[in-house]
Amino acid sequence: MDGMGILKGLSVTLKRFVDTYLEDLKWLMKGQKRYYTEEGIAQRRSTEARGIFTVQYPEEKLPVPEEFRFIPFLLYDEDENGERQVRCTSCGICAKVCPPQCIWIVRTSDPKTGRPVPEPAEFYIDVDICMNCGFCSEYCPFDAIKMDHDYELSVYNRHAKNIYNQEKLLKPVSYYADIRPANYQREEQARAEAEAAKAARRQKAN
Amino acid sequence: MSEQTLASAANVLEKGELLSRFPGYVTRDERNGYQGYIIKADKLLEIVKAVRDEIGYDYLSSVTGVDYLPEDMMEVVYHASRTIGGPPLTLKVQVPRNNAVVPSLVPLYPGADFQEREAWDLMGIRFEGHPDLRRILMWEGFASHPLRKDWKEAYFEEDGKPFKSRWPDGHVWRAEDKNPFGLNVSYPEGFNPETWTPDKDALLYASLSRSQGGSESGLRTEPVLVNMGPQHPSTHGVFRFTVILDGETIMALKPVMGYLHRNHEKIGERNTFLQNMPFTDRLDYFSSMSNNFGYALAVEKLMGVKPPERAEYLRVIMAELTRISNHLAAIGFFLNDLGAFFTPVLYGFEERELILDIFEAVSGSRMMCNYFRFGGVARDLPEGIYEKISKLVNERLPRKIDELDLYLTNSEIIRGRTEGVGVLTPEQAIAYSTCGPVLRASGVPYDLRRADPYSIYDRFDFDVAVRYHGDAYDRYLIRMDELRQSVRILQQAVRDLPEGSIQEGKPQYQVRVPAGEAYGRVEGPKGELGFYVVSNGKPNPWRYHVRAPSFINLTAYESMCVGNKVADSVAILGSIDIVLGETDR
Repeated sequence: MDGMGILKGLSVTLKRFVDTYLEDLKWLMKGQKRYYTEEGIAQRRSTEARGIFTVQYPEEKLPVPEEFRFIPFLLYDEDENGERQVRCTSCGICAKVCPPQCIWIVRTSDPKTGRPVPEPAEFYIDVDICMNCGFCSEYCPFDAIKMDHDYELSVYNRHAKNIYNQEKLLKPVSYYADIRPANYQREEQARAEAEAAKAARRQKAN
Repeated sequence: MSEQTLASAANVLEKGELLSRFPGYVTRDERNGYQGYIIKADKLLEIVKAVRDEIGYDYLSSVTGVDYLPEDMMEVVYHASRTIGGPPLTLKVQVPRNNAVVPSLVPLYPGADFQEREAWDLMGIRFEGHPDLRRILMWEGFASHPLRKDWKEAYFEEDGKPFKSRWPDGHVWRAEDKNPFGLNVSYPEGFNPETWTPDKDALLYASLSRSQGGSESGLRTEPVLVNMGPQHPSTHGVFRFTVILDGETIMALKPVMGYLHRNHEKIGERNTFLQNMPFTDRLDYFSSMSNNFGYALAVEKLMGVKPPERAEYLRVIMAELTRISNHLAAIGFFLNDLGAFFTPVLYGFEERELILDIFEAVSGSRMMCNYFRFGGVARDLPEGIYEKISKLVNERLPRKIDELDLYLTNSEIIRGRTEGVGVLTPEQAIAYSTCGPVLRASGVPYDLRRADPYSIYDRFDFDVAVRYHGDAYDRYLIRMDELRQSVRILQQAVRDLPEGSIQEGKPQYQVRVPAGEAYGRVEGPKGELGFYVVSNGKPNPWRYHVRAPSFINLTAYESMCVGNKVADSVAILGSIDIVLGETDR
């Protein structure tokens, strides 16, 4: 019969409309809040989601997964005196691998010997140009540069603010451990193993 | 074609029949790392006709211009395939750089039309006998041919990355501060930008009225010229086409593109091989995983590496998830174009959203995935993602595809708007080099996953979707079919996913790519996505060319539209499913 196809199609729309309220009712009966809560957001983006699918940004925000990458930052450790130990050795691999070439590094030289010293004198990232590919963090041999999770970066004056210098880029390792726990643990473990192997070798040599 | 004729056909060139029939005109390409045959330009048409008609290479995949500056030579590379399957045949023509004239293949393969115009536009190779040799991506009046090796772009710094100014003395500056626009632009002699007026598209309109047929109605009417786009909601981006109308009927149509052109290929030739990977994401930004796939295959062919098992499975899983998310969006936007405004597309986006969540968790980004590496993938599945994919492909997606089917397929309005609209016959579809769903909806079961299997597609049990009417409705249905087939592949891949490493050898940021050429192609969601890469052993590719399915599918757009109403041109464009990031490159 003519029109049956349309009616069947509309039944899908109707079902979706009703589903939203049925789901609301279910949550209400369980005494849980479906909106503006973590469980609510998690349910609405899960494979079991029914009815309404959207979240109300910025009141509600989707949590980002650990691997999410947005603009690199530099890591520093804190030693026992509370001094910053910048991990970067200014080897330049990140600057070489960067596809849009947005990383700029000035290497420091020892004023007496003229030899290069590890810590960079200057380190810049032009975040207007950065394409968030994550190569710098992927190929850094010292785990010194990592991708951030903070994606709300709009500013009023990009010409004044969007070339990040070393001061702006540096963040403590504790922050990194916080946003990427699994990666952090894996790297720490690998580092500990390498140290242990080195120590064992040294002992053998002695 | 029987098994026997197939085998003998494959040997025709090898056995030297063509080599002996045209002595001196066909030679094997003996350069190290190269394959195929070099043909003398003056017998090109004759020989290619024999290749097409006698040994069945009926499908011209790609036309690529290559500038061999040191040898002072321009080369045109043709990749021809057989729609019954098999690897492509590489044919080449070499001409001197300062007088680069090659006979046009448009009389034999109409699908060469846009590709030859592109080679003329970007490389400056003139194709003699081309019916409409205008610029296609750059504007009329542009001074030079930007893909030539001696052409330098604005803000030019060095021939290849990494730039020396970044390290170890990287004192930062902005390109636009150092080089304010205007000071680094050179104009041809006698050109004054202050007094110059644009040519008002005279060439375009002349070409449009040339291809216009006679009036069908028999009434004496005034033909009307209408510009659709570039700013038009139906064109999926900044795409423009001009039509000549008789009443409401389309008599001629010419697409105009290049509004999103950024010379992707020049950027690619400045990049190192690895640096190019994230740039491929930006081609068809709806299906970045497939783009990564094609490029990785091309470079892996040159390097001679093969990814480990688990990486192969992960690649297939990601590529098929991409196809699903692309087709859901394509169906949705197609319905948008028909006037079912945004409800279907948002239903499709729900599932797409779940797939993008997976991409984000695995690769770190929803759309610009940058997930593939030469000889593997960037990282393994994080915790909980395997379960999520498994639930999605085994439970949710089949149900949701059925729901979409119930919602749309039998709607009388959709059928009324699309059945019999924009018909492309199988012969036309092959001749115009269309690919992907457009080709298969016209009754040609040509799917590279079966026709020329790559990666591990030969292990999966799935059907090549094919429909026979070649109209807009079939192009919708075929995407529905492909959704189901992709789910089938995914279910098998997820079931069989082995443990193991995901990268062959150590991850390297500077890969060594031996000199030679390679053409890597995948069946992307929009069709055959090919990457032609030439390496001269240096860190940067000498030539990097993209065979963009959206771009080449548009070659058939005019013949799909002529005779239809102007409102249908929107539906037909929607049914081709183009993405401008890829069309304009």
